Amino acid sequence: MSMDRRDMLKGLATGGALAALAPGVAQARERKELPDGALGMLYDATLCIGCKTCVTACHEANELGPATQDSFGQGLYDAPDRLSSDTKNIIQLFQEDDEQSFVKRQCMHCIDPGCVSACMIGALQKREGGIVTYEIDKCVGCRYCQIACPFNIPKFEWETPTPKIVKCELCNHLIAQGQIPACCDVCPRGAVIFGKTAELLVEAKRRLEESPDKYVPKVYGEHDGGGTQVLYLAGVDFGKLGLPALGEQSSPALSETVQHGIYQGFVAPVVLYAALGAVLWRNRKNLSDEEDTP
Amino acid sequence: MTDHARAVGGPLFTGFFRLLALIFGISLLMLAWRFASGIGATSGLSDGYPWGIWIAFDVVTGTALACGGYAVALLCYVFNKGKYHPLVRPAILTSALGYSLAGFAISVDVGRYWGLWKIPVKVNHWNLNSALLEVALCVMAYIVVLWIELSPAFMEKWKEGPDGVLKSLSEIGHPLLNKVLIWIIALGLLLPTMHQSSLGSVMLLAHQKLHALWYSPFLPLMFLVSCLGMGYAVVVFESTLSSRAFGTARETGMLASLSGAMVPILAIFICIRFADVIFRGQLSTALSFGRYSLLFWCEILLFLVPMIMLASKARRASVTVQFNASLLMIGAGILYRFDTYLVAFSPGPGWTYFPSLPEVMITLGILSLEIMLYVFIVKRYPILSGGPTAVSE
Ligand code: SF4
Ligand code: SF4
Ligand code: SF4
Repeated sequence: MSMDRRDMLKGLATGGALAALAPGVAQARERKELPDGALGMLYDATLCIGCKTCVTACHEANELGPATQDSFGQGLYDAPDRLSSDTKNIIQLFQEDDEQSFVKRQCMHCIDPGCVSACMIGALQKREGGIVTYEIDKCVGCRYCQIACPFNIPKFEWETPTPKIVKCELCNHLIAQGQIPACCDVCPRGAVIFGKTAELLVEAKRRLEESPDKYVPKVYGEHDGGGTQVLYLAGVDFGKLGLPALGEQSSPALSETVQHGIYQGFVAPVVLYAALGAVLWRNRKNLSDEEDTP
Repeated sequence: MTDHARAVGGPLFTGFFRLLALIFGISLLMLAWRFASGIGATSGLSDGYPWGIWIAFDVVTGTALACGGYAVALLCYVFNKGKYHPLVRPAILTSALGYSLAGFAISVDVGRYWGLWKIPVKVNHWNLNSALLEVALCVMAYIVVLWIELSPAFMEKWKEGPDGVLKSLSEIGHPLLNKVLIWIIALGLLLPTMHQSSLGSVMLLAHQKLHALWYSPFLPLMFLVSCLGMGYAVVVFESTLSSRAFGTARETGMLASLSGAMVPILAIFICIRFADVIFRGQLSTALSFGRYSLLFWCEILLFLVPMIMLASKARRASVTVQFNASLLMIGAGILYRFDTYLVAFSPGPGWTYFPSLPEVMITLGILSLEIMLYVFIVKRYPILSGGPTAVSE
């Protein structure tokens, strides 16, 4: 009563659409370019003094209320130590031996964002100016965006039964009124500036050229993870500041290549369905309950 | 094999059933807590580990374990092995329950569950790049398909029952269903092929966070192949247990050849797994004997041992070998999925995850509910075939 291997193989061939599962067959999805008029920020860690005015200003501008920090008990106001559902922008300190640097963290507004590729219902999307924005009415709270963001930016409201996702949206409500993001507006040192990403990149490269000793010779975000609209300059290795080494390919570039390779614009499932129907028709005697093969 | 499926009958509220009901009762309290206070208070989840056992076990592993219906239907209808027909109904029942409860687990896990209805409805919002959308839509559709496939079992009983809505519905419904059955079954084969592979694709986006031994462009293929192995294993496992519990004759011969079908599947999986690791230049990582490489070898062993156990025709005739191999195969599939979704997933320094008690209780409660429903349905409706009606539990 052993399985007939030949039958097995024949059947496998019938499910030929499965072959499309081999990602090598599929055409790689093309690389996404910086959208026209892309807006962003340039943060220069060598200028930042860690005053955190930008953190407080972000709270105010986004009506997030001051974040209290439990470890200090009550009283110490607005001293968050990490991004969370009530902090979209944070300054952290890196210190090791004689190296020291602040780093500002917020959404990078990726050119090809993992979060946008992940969200099944389009709650996260790149909109005006390439800003990655969130629409609460669409979100189901599946948290796939959190899994997919290589920078761990989207935060979830864990402590409420009616949660939402919270992340920096480049103060797009202020931009719509002709203003600029709160952090860039208040920074006393010009450590974080707002502008068109293309222009910020020119500025960053100018700084690198002007004082090469001051900087790690790289603009983080120019290519990293497929490129981001928020750019970084720093005097210490970016990895130490928590900005991961991502390579030049975005993660959606690969996952979407595989996904589209399998589905081929939905042709593959339709073909497979028809093939299955045909095979079942040929084997239809098995369908009936009444008639068992001996 | 002329036996027709029949209800096994017998008392419902046995001691075992009461224990399950107790676990389910406790989980209901935990569920009330989760819906009143939010996910943070009741789980070990965090912004670093946004997915825990509700996703990794209840959904990702649970649906794969519920692939028995898919795996047996494939064999019976596509590979033209009509002799497996007696196994189809119980397998479809397990699948229908497994998938339905995975669907329930999703609504426990997502934060804004009241918006879930929008996913199948708001077609214009669909993001076709999202593997998770594909999973969500296929799983929803497949739950419906599975219950339709199972409905003859209910209609057969209702037709014999007292006059009423159910009776007349069944008298009209049953012949109607038989006409379109081919296309329903074809859907029942297409949908799992799509979403079980997509469950692998989902983790492609976690590229940098997933350990190099697990991150692979072949994730979809490996998830698909392993779910078939798990499906067969669960059928063997479940048939063995139900024949014990309900005193029905065990189709040992048939299960032997079914177990035989696992061998090529396991071999294919292991080959892809190794080819992929070698091709991506990760063999040295696999041989580094760190924590992750040990896990990797555990997985490989769990896939390899049942393959060897079942490879010889003589050995797989034994009930014990079949049962033990199916357990190992189930373990292999569970570990592979847990590793991909949880253990090999690392969001960076400073984050840890361990399931909380309420999280575990809710998962156990869902599992208990599944077993209770299974027991109830096979006792009351014609699902299992072969052998006499049970005398006792
Ligand atoms: S940094 Fe994260 S949240 Fe921001 S756009 Fe990129 S992927 Fe999305
Ligand atoms: S949690 Fe909301 S925004 Fe994030 S992926 Fe899910 S639906 Fe989209
Ligand atoms: S306001 Fe400017 S200087 Fe102060 S912490 Fe923020 S970026 Fe740094």
